[in-house]
Amino acid sequence: MIRLFAMLFALLAACPAAAMAGPPDAERQAQLLYLLKHDCGSCHGMTRKGGLGPALLPENLRDRPQELLVNTILDGRPGTPMPPWRGELSAADAQWLVEALNRGEGL
Amino acid sequence: MLSGNGRGKGVRRLFLILSKVAHLRALKKVSAPFSFFPLLFLVLFSGVYHSADAECLTRGTGDLGIVIERASGSVQVVDTTARSSLFRIEGLGDLSHASAVFSRDARYAYVFGRDGGLSKIDLLCGSLVRRVMQAGNSIGGAISQDGSLVAVSNYTPGGVKIFAADSLEQVADLPAADEEGRLSKVVGLVDAPGQRFVYTLYDAGEIRSVDMRDPAKPEVQRYPDIGRLPYDALITPDGRYYIAGLFGEDGLAMLDLWQPQEGVQRILDHYGKGEEKLPVYKMPHLEGWAMAGRLAFLPAVGHHEVLAVDSDDWKEVGRIAVYGQPVFVVAQPGGHQVWVNFAHPLNDTVQVIDTLSLQLIQTLKPGKGVLHMEFSPRGETVWISVRDADVVQIYDTTSFRLLAELPAEKPSGIFFTARAHRTGL
Repeated sequence: MIRLFAMLFALLAACPAAAMAGPPDAERQAQLLYLLKHDCGSCHGMTRKGGLGPALLPENLRDRPQELLVNTILDGRPGTPMPPWRGELSAADAQWLVEALNRGEGL
Repeated sequence: MLSGNGRGKGVRRLFLILSKVAHLRALKKVSAPFSFFPLLFLVLFSGVYHSADAECLTRGTGDLGIVIERASGSVQVVDTTARSSLFRIEGLGDLSHASAVFSRDARYAYVFGRDGGLSKIDLLCGSLVRRVMQAGNSIGGAISQDGSLVAVSNYTPGGVKIFAADSLEQVADLPAADEEGRLSKVVGLVDAPGQRFVYTLYDAGEIRSVDMRDPAKPEVQRYPDIGRLPYDALITPDGRYYIAGLFGEDGLAMLDLWQPQEGVQRILDHYGKGEEKLPVYKMPHLEGWAMAGRLAFLPAVGHHEVLAVDSDDWKEVGRIAVYGQPVFVVAQPGGHQVWVNFAHPLNDTVQVIDTLSLQLIQTLKPGKGVLHMEFSPRGETVWISVRDADVVQIYDTTSFRLLAELPAEKPSGIFFTARAHRTGL
């Protein structure tokens, strides 16, 4: 009984995380690209050539560690206007965004 | 604008007329057979550019304006009396962060694009008159007191470039370099009395003013150490105070342009101290000081609040709790109401503050992606761009009723020609 309860609890706890952990589905990807273009774009430029924030073109990101980029999206960069997007974006969302930026997707 | 004999210009004009005819036909203003007359004329007399004059409107421009379509690099010319669109002008490049000023005859608009493009458009002919790529990445611009000069503030390369308003020939290049030669991004560029432009260096934390009375000899004054990361600035409608918002610390940096020798003072220094700021998903804009009598209204960075400040002593007199983090805080002409829009993700809402009671009197839900608001010259209506709905909505400012909607592709900035005669806009 206790085992069942614990399993159920673990399952419940894992559920949202599991939903988030996988790569975003096509609909979510479209939402992320829209966010990237229009909201990230207000500082980084809709064409990602930069603005108040730095350019986010593949050649600007090539030499940066992926993990740093993911963390920057999730936690922001203190001392700069880059805000933390955690809460709005999951780790998987941020990971996918970094990959999309590196591919130059949607440009 | 119709001079010039190059083949390229002829082709471009043909293209413009074709697209304009197509647009007029789309608006059902021109019947199909008639619409081919200008085209036929142009083909027969391709050297005679004046044929395009037939396309230009003969009317005043005092009730016209433009709507930026940020994703398609286009601009609509709109009529604020008929509440209609007159022209759509394409080919303005990357307008992801675009603003505009007007010539003082209010016939031309100068549009500042993100990609460093400076475009001059003719409101009566619905045409792109000239376009220069003057930098790699730019943020905004201003037109001089006498209307003869247009200045652009650039991020890359950091600095200000100044152009003749008629020809767009470059008049001055003012790199925003510090002592070590490092260039700063330039924000908050405004025109000021005395044929000056005033601007702020984002990275260096410095205000500069340039006197352009002799365009051949720009005289730059520097006001360093104003604080960290000034993100935008404004000038009061009387042209006296230039105020920069600081992202990196609390308070605002103010320069009194009537007595600049007094230097930059910090105002509202206490604001924000010890308070947890929310993540800022969009930088507030300080364009246009929302003034109502003695009170000035401004967005609080990182808070769901609008600040009311007494402009006599620059002391805070009240805070109005609002729906989200304010982006634009704009006063209705006359100053009875202040309208506020909000940063992502709360950008579906607009709120109205009564400036007598400092109370919220209205909350509107135009839709997701409210990016800008512009009042008709005397404030009976306000035009609101709703990006995600691809419309501009027009509201009555007394009844708050939605009066009309105009289709627009991802609309952002809305600018009416009444700005032509106001300092700082």
